[in-house]
Amino acid sequence: MSGVDVTAVAKSYGATRVLTDITQAFQSGTFTSLLGPSGSGKTTLLRIIAGFVAPDEGTVRIAGADVTGIPVHARNIGMVFQSYALFPHMSVAANVGFGLGRRGIRGKAAKAQVDEALEMVRLPGFGGRYPRQLSGGQQQRVALARAIVIRPDVLLLDEPLSALDRRLRQEMQVELLRIQRESGLTTIFVTHDQEEALTLSDKVAILDRGRIVQTGRPAEVYERPRTRFAAEFLGDANFLTGKVRGNAVEIAGATIATDDSLPADGTTVTLAVRPEKIAIRPADAAGSGAVENSLPARVSSVIYTGTALTYMLRSGDLHLKVFAQNSDGSPLAAGSAVVLSWAARHSVMVEG
Amino acid sequence: MIKIARLFLALVLVFLYLPIIVMAAMGFNASPLYALPFDFTTHWYQELAGNGRLIEAGWNSIWLAVLTAMIATALGTLAALALWRRTFRGRAILRILLLPPIAIPWLITGTAMLVFFFWTGIGRGLHAMLIGHVALAIPYVVLVVGTGLQTLRADLEEAAMSLGSTPIHAFFRVTLPLLLPSIVGAALFAFAVSLDQFVISYFLSVPGMTTLPVEIYSAIRKGFTPEINAISTILLVASMIVILGFARFARPGGIGERS
Repeated sequence: MSGVDVTAVAKSYGATRVLTDITQAFQSGTFTSLLGPSGSGKTTLLRIIAGFVAPDEGTVRIAGADVTGIPVHARNIGMVFQSYALFPHMSVAANVGFGLGRRGIRGKAAKAQVDEALEMVRLPGFGGRYPRQLSGGQQQRVALARAIVIRPDVLLLDEPLSALDRRLRQEMQVELLRIQRESGLTTIFVTHDQEEALTLSDKVAILDRGRIVQTGRPAEVYERPRTRFAAEFLGDANFLTGKVRGNAVEIAGATIATDDSLPADGTTVTLAVRPEKIAIRPADAAGSGAVENSLPARVSSVIYTGTALTYMLRSGDLHLKVFAQNSDGSPLAAGSAVVLSWAARHSVMVEG
Repeated sequence: MIKIARLFLALVLVFLYLPIIVMAAMGFNASPLYALPFDFTTHWYQELAGNGRLIEAGWNSIWLAVLTAMIATALGTLAALALWRRTFRGRAILRILLLPPIAIPWLITGTAMLVFFFWTGIGRGLHAMLIGHVALAIPYVVLVVGTGLQTLRADLEEAAMSLGSTPIHAFFRVTLPLLLPSIVGAALFAFAVSLDQFVISYFLSVPGMTTLPVEIYSAIRKGFTPEINAISTILLVASMIVILGFARFARPGGIGERS
């Protein structure tokens, strides 16, 4: 069964195209992240699904019903706003019970459901407090309780964790995932934080300038980025641009092997290689010999972060970045001659 | 620094309140020439009771201020909602056009109104004063309510709608209660603008139908009597009660929202 279906949706503000031909199915019960930089249209897409923005073209279906022309209040959605948007003049219980009241559920039945929702977000007994008496994380939980208590057809989250500090954010990520799994709600989550998207989602959709450039399971999108933008925005990447020769790519004198099927000889292509996929060893040390690609390089600088090391390197005209574990506690010094090696399947051909 | 600031604050309060206290006290002094020693009497209040003109002017002032506050607050709040919550062509210009009337000297506004009301046949009198006062007060109301709206997050109404509120329900359950302190503040402003108004009232009044400031002005020209102190004190106490009552009720500064 489908949770939310967006079909051929487009939206412009004046001459600015914000969304172009968006088609995306959000499976029932799954957690999907809309990931993109600011201005990519991810929030506009969320607001179109919510009903705050009417699309110029295309349709939105929620739980099978076409809701394109239906106003927000008549769609059965739950939404958590970036700033939580709790009603400051109402108690926590009144906030959480607001949507129930609109659905004709009042009195004892409402109180039971409010208590249950507060229990779910681990704030039992907080009903009598006011939003201003709560910490940021607690306000966040109340906002979540308010959105799920009405048993919406879809839960929409607009960067709800961005206002929290790092530690609290990680804690809330775990909570959010638990609540989503327990409630089984189809969830759409807007974020610009790639780590958050990878941790939480069943599916990630990457938006770039109003288009969904790639969608898939987090590991799929991370390991096999389809475009240069996707590779760069989700994680870090080295880009090697050169000409196809046979089943390899010639880049600055070196030949880089890939498992991807390449176009005709002489075509210019770009390969993306994740910095953590590259092994680094001193030039005089013996290699394992099992990897297809090896490239001599020189260390230009090392960034030491305790558990990990980031090497910035040069190989001819190429600038490369490599992430390594700090396993022996003695990083290679700047200026050292090294050999970089990686498997052919980690050279991923990307567009643009 | 704090000491100097305290001294400064004390001076401000002294210069604001001392003249008023002196005025109120002199209403109870027997000498019509403010002469000391202080000789307590309620004579001037008894005199005042017999001064129909002054009392009528006082009532006119109060009624005018109450009506002005009601009409200007209603219209100004609607205007503020339109100017800050809706987008339409010419919104920016309308917002800017609100400001000059506050800075234009009342003498000029008053002259212009007199000419305009004469020309359109509205004429002079209490009705003309009411129109004039409402027009004067509206920019203040729009500014006060508009500022309140700006501190009120627009996503609160959206949150209500996402939970099933129609736009009208969201307005009455969420926006209006949160905006109430601003609206009450705006109403007080409008009330004060009208009660204080002299220049425009002077231009638009007809003999025998006037407001207290205008009546006091003409009384002073004829010769000062402490009756004026008496009615001023009554008006002062009445408006202080109204304002302090509202301030207590509305908690200006709004409902503390943790940011």
